[in-house]
Amino acid sequence: MKKRLVIVTALAAIALLAFVGCADKGPKTIKIGVAGAHTGDLASYGLPSVKAAELVVEEWNAKGGVLGKKIELVVADDVCKPEVATNTASKLVGDKVIAVIGHICSGATKAALGIYKDAKIIAISPSATNPPLTKSGDYPNFFRTIAADDAQAEVDVDFAMKKLGIKKFAVLHDKGDYGKGFAEFAKGYLDAAGAEVVVFEGIQVGAVDYSAIINKVAASGAEAVMYGGYHPEASKLVSQMRSKGMKTVFISDDGVKDDTFIKVAKEAAEGVYASGPVDTTKNPLAIKAVEDHKKKYGEDPGAFFLNAYAATQALLNAIQKAGSTDYDAITKALRSEFVETPLGKISFDAKGDAIGVGFSVYQVQNGVFVEMK
Amino acid sequence: MDLNYLLQLFISGMTRGSIYALIALGYTMVYGIVQLINFAHGEIYMIGAFTALIVATVLNMTGMPGIAVFAIAMIVAVVYSAAYGFTMEKVAYKPLRNAPRLSALISAIGMSYFLQNYVLLAQTSDFVSFPRLIPKFRFLDGFGGMLSSTQVIIFLVTAVVMVLLTLLIKFTRIGKAMRATAQDKTMALLVGININQVIAVTFVIGSAMAAVGGVLISSHVGQINFYIGFIAGIKAFVAAVLGGIGSIPGAVLGSFVLGLTESFGTGYISSDYEDVFAFIILVLILIFRPSGLLGKSQKEKI
Repeated sequence: MKKRLVIVTALAAIALLAFVGCADKGPKTIKIGVAGAHTGDLASYGLPSVKAAELVVEEWNAKGGVLGKKIELVVADDVCKPEVATNTASKLVGDKVIAVIGHICSGATKAALGIYKDAKIIAISPSATNPPLTKSGDYPNFFRTIAADDAQAEVDVDFAMKKLGIKKFAVLHDKGDYGKGFAEFAKGYLDAAGAEVVVFEGIQVGAVDYSAIINKVAASGAEAVMYGGYHPEASKLVSQMRSKGMKTVFISDDGVKDDTFIKVAKEAAEGVYASGPVDTTKNPLAIKAVEDHKKKYGEDPGAFFLNAYAATQALLNAIQKAGSTDYDAITKALRSEFVETPLGKISFDAKGDAIGVGFSVYQVQNGVFVEMK
Repeated sequence: MDLNYLLQLFISGMTRGSIYALIALGYTMVYGIVQLINFAHGEIYMIGAFTALIVATVLNMTGMPGIAVFAIAMIVAVVYSAAYGFTMEKVAYKPLRNAPRLSALISAIGMSYFLQNYVLLAQTSDFVSFPRLIPKFRFLDGFGGMLSSTQVIIFLVTAVVMVLLTLLIKFTRIGKAMRATAQDKTMALLVGININQVIAVTFVIGSAMAAVGGVLISSHVGQINFYIGFIAGIKAFVAAVLGGIGSIPGAVLGSFVLGLTESFGTGYISSDYEDVFAFIILVLILIFRPSGLLGKSQKEKI
């Protein structure tokens, strides 16, 4: 008898549970993952993104959430390691998130993307700059709100060839990862655009004198020097070129777009072009986002904060515009809808790179960098 | 390529060579007398450049003509660096005179780090602009920008310094004492030469020449930071070994060989391998002449 009672009770309980389950159609909240390095050496790159997502979600939830549901963040740590990132991604898939803000490091992002792709989950990274992530076309579920590593080279080459009408280039670099990477991308774009690269060489950082390589550039007849590297070598090169009376155009990267360059190279710096991130300091949304961060956390935001802020805004906006949490509808909305963010008015191209985010070319005019429009 | 290009590469090689020579002389003289490789020697060159920068910045405010400022800055830098060289010897090397050679070497490396970080803390970690003190010379216009005025000054000053050094070593009392000490320290001591004084003078002269090099190259390149001495020092050391360490003409020859190799290597092959050329030459010369171009082969007496 007693045994039977237990079974009946159990059956009743199960039926009740099933009934409760039926009453709630679909989850109550919309879950969004935030993945990246939140502990370890690179935590300072990942944590600002969590804060950015929290701020945006708080703002939306205060207005009633999205599609009438509250937004819930699922924060997951990948320590910036590819082998951990796959676990992180599986966990987020298990948690049934519809999209992920992240990951932070390019390697970890790449490792996680395959898992998201199979599960039809969108990932928007605020910081993964490795070019193939978008350009390979392997990951239709991937978007980013930061310019790719080769974006600077693309912007510089475009500017030099179309705006300045230069056809003959000397490409120099400092043999470092950053400088050489830039130089190789630049050479790729120059070759593709039909420009002539007459010199392509690395220089010795810290050498006492660069007149040999400068003579070589002069003898090659290059109209412009495209330099990949940082400002100390750039200012030595430019100073020595100018004191030799060479008027060759000098174009460089973000590593040169630094006020120290102008301070050190002085009058030789005049007229030098360098690419740098589009200026956001005057964007009212960026100012507001930074203020909100200071109010809530009592300090200035860290790396990639604005990028993550923009990523979260773009995602929520796309969900709103799509009118559903369906993968295809959201990706379509991400590609077609423009949204106002701290980085400016952005949308995404077919490959997932943000339109309206990236680099502009600046020129030194009267001792300051002026954005060339 | 054409002759003009060859000549330009030659000039840039000689420019480098001159600077290497000014530093390498200090290495080789010190080695010749106390058999010590003074790794802190590059730092003296850097301190010379910084001293000149400070003096020049102050003097520029008085509106003096550039070349006068250059001369005064150079003299102050020489005096200041010589004082550093003198103190360095007394503090870091003299107490270790009779210790194993390795101890003095470690002391030299320590001194190098100390001086670098001292300038880093006392001055700045940034690159700073070095004022262009040498005006453009009108008579160079005819050469079509092949030779800059700073290069002319570098060649002139280097030549004068070398002539002075030769005279000093060949014809003065202290020069004779230096040669004697280099040949045989104990014997020199026995005939009444004040070895401590000779060693101190060697450090002072070497440091003064390094300072000259530092000021010259800084006004050529137009910027300095606390780290410039390290790379220049390494290159000059290679030049000294190349020429035969301990030999004064050898250091000069080695420096020009090194400077020209780097320059022609960059010009005709690729600057990617600038250092590779420098070290290939070093290896080749040491294979065929283990004691350097002009070095004397050492015979061990049993």
